[in-house]
Amino acid sequence: MGCPKMTETNLYLTMKGTNEGIIVYLDDQCSFITLLNELGSQVKSDTIENTTEVIINCQNRYLQDWQREEIRQVVEEQSSLKVKSIESNVLSHEEALTWFDQSTIKPFVKTVRSGQVLHVEGDALILGDINPGATVNATGNIFVLGQLKGIAHAGYAEGTEHVVVASYMNPNQIRIANKISRAPDYEMQGSSREFAYINQETGQIELEQIHNLQKIRPNLTDIVERGL
Amino acid sequence: MGEAIVITSGKGGVGKTTTTANIGTALALQDKKVCLIDTDIGLRNLDVILGLENRIIFDIIDVIEGRCKLQAALVKDKRFDCLHLLPAAQSSDKNEVTPEGIKELVDELKPDYDYILIDCPAGIEQGYKNAVAGADKAIVVTTPEKSSVRDADRIIGLLEQEDLEPPHLVINRIRKHMMDSGDMLDVDDIVSTLSVELLGVIMDDEDVIRASHHGNPVAFQPDTKASICYRNISRRILGESVPLMSFDEDKGIMVKVKKLLGMK
Repeated sequence: MGCPKMTETNLYLTMKGTNEGIIVYLDDQCSFITLLNELGSQVKSDTIENTTEVIINCQNRYLQDWQREEIRQVVEEQSSLKVKSIESNVLSHEEALTWFDQSTIKPFVKTVRSGQVLHVEGDALILGDINPGATVNATGNIFVLGQLKGIAHAGYAEGTEHVVVASYMNPNQIRIANKISRAPDYEMQGSSREFAYINQETGQIELEQIHNLQKIRPNLTDIVERGL
Repeated sequence: MGEAIVITSGKGGVGKTTTTANIGTALALQDKKVCLIDTDIGLRNLDVILGLENRIIFDIIDVIEGRCKLQAALVKDKRFDCLHLLPAAQSSDKNEVTPEGIKELVDELKPDYDYILIDCPAGIEQGYKNAVAGADKAIVVTTPEKSSVRDADRIIGLLEQEDLEPPHLVINRIRKHMMDSGDMLDVDDIVSTLSVELLGVIMDDEDVIRASHHGNPVAFQPDTKASICYRNISRRILGESVPLMSFDEDKGIMVKVKKLLGMK
């Protein structure tokens, strides 16, 4: 957050100019209708230059999607301001759970066996082997502290940034987001301590030694950012 | 109170029935009271391998449907008094039995026997579910082939969901020279993939086929490789600690000479 440069206050709205742009703080105690009316009249009378982007911060008020949309409409119809984002201090219980799910590492102490399919929200930590014919799907990364001989699918939703890390890598297939790579047709020995990722230049899944992980995915553990 | 052990494999033809017959025989040789149950309804084999086919009067379906008493359906082995067989029906199919039916039956047998071995049909459908229902323990049979190890892995995964002790593994039909040349999975690979305790290995031996053909389980013979393997397994089931049999074949000069002359 940059330091405040200009502050304008009335009963329901507080505007602050910061380095990030203009932030409009909305009162979180009044009714939503009052707020909309106030916002409408305020932005209309405002003399701010055209096509400036604003960030709306509704503080401790929980806004449903249609309410967010309405606020956006009021601001953009009444003035030529652009709403860059709508922020809030509160999350619904459901959103919080989803976020928690997406951002935690889920450990499993078991051998995943042929025919079994493990579906994990967030990162999966497998303390055991993934046997041939077994599948592990995770919306986040997959870490295997054992032998990966089956199928691992990281970034199950569409996370092209996610990786599959295994202490012994000899998989049937590795899938990341919508990319698939399979083992060659000839017999091969697996390799130790490797990880698979999508190389953005080639667009293909590639394998690397684990010590290169910090170079290739330095933000791997910034899980707090994920899911929001 | 006896212990019920189901013998299963997922894949067909790996030697479940042969293993059941031979472990049963080997346990009977140790003076244990053993009852073998064939749950492969519609495709019964266990009676043939034991050479008891001609003695069957009633079968498991007759018992479950109340046409006869349990005692009447049990066939006594011709070699041992302490080895009994509850044969499967040949004319019905697997859907005529429920897991509850089998469980009730096994519970009724338990007080009278030391071991009840349940021969499971191939597959993971109704027949498998029936066979597993009454068991306290499980033995998974596999051969050193990829396909049967894959199916064993699948079956172990399913067994883990049941209320059973962790299953034990028997690796059947081991061919030493193929393991050495890398054309077959070796014992260590299989055990590490399946990560279950190894109960025993059985060498591939023509005597097993010969013995089954004559309706005499191989475990009954004193000195063939396979019979020693089976007897070792039965001793391990009884709690003895028996080392795995060495795979090395005889390398004496006479053996080589005999081989050259086609005598062995």
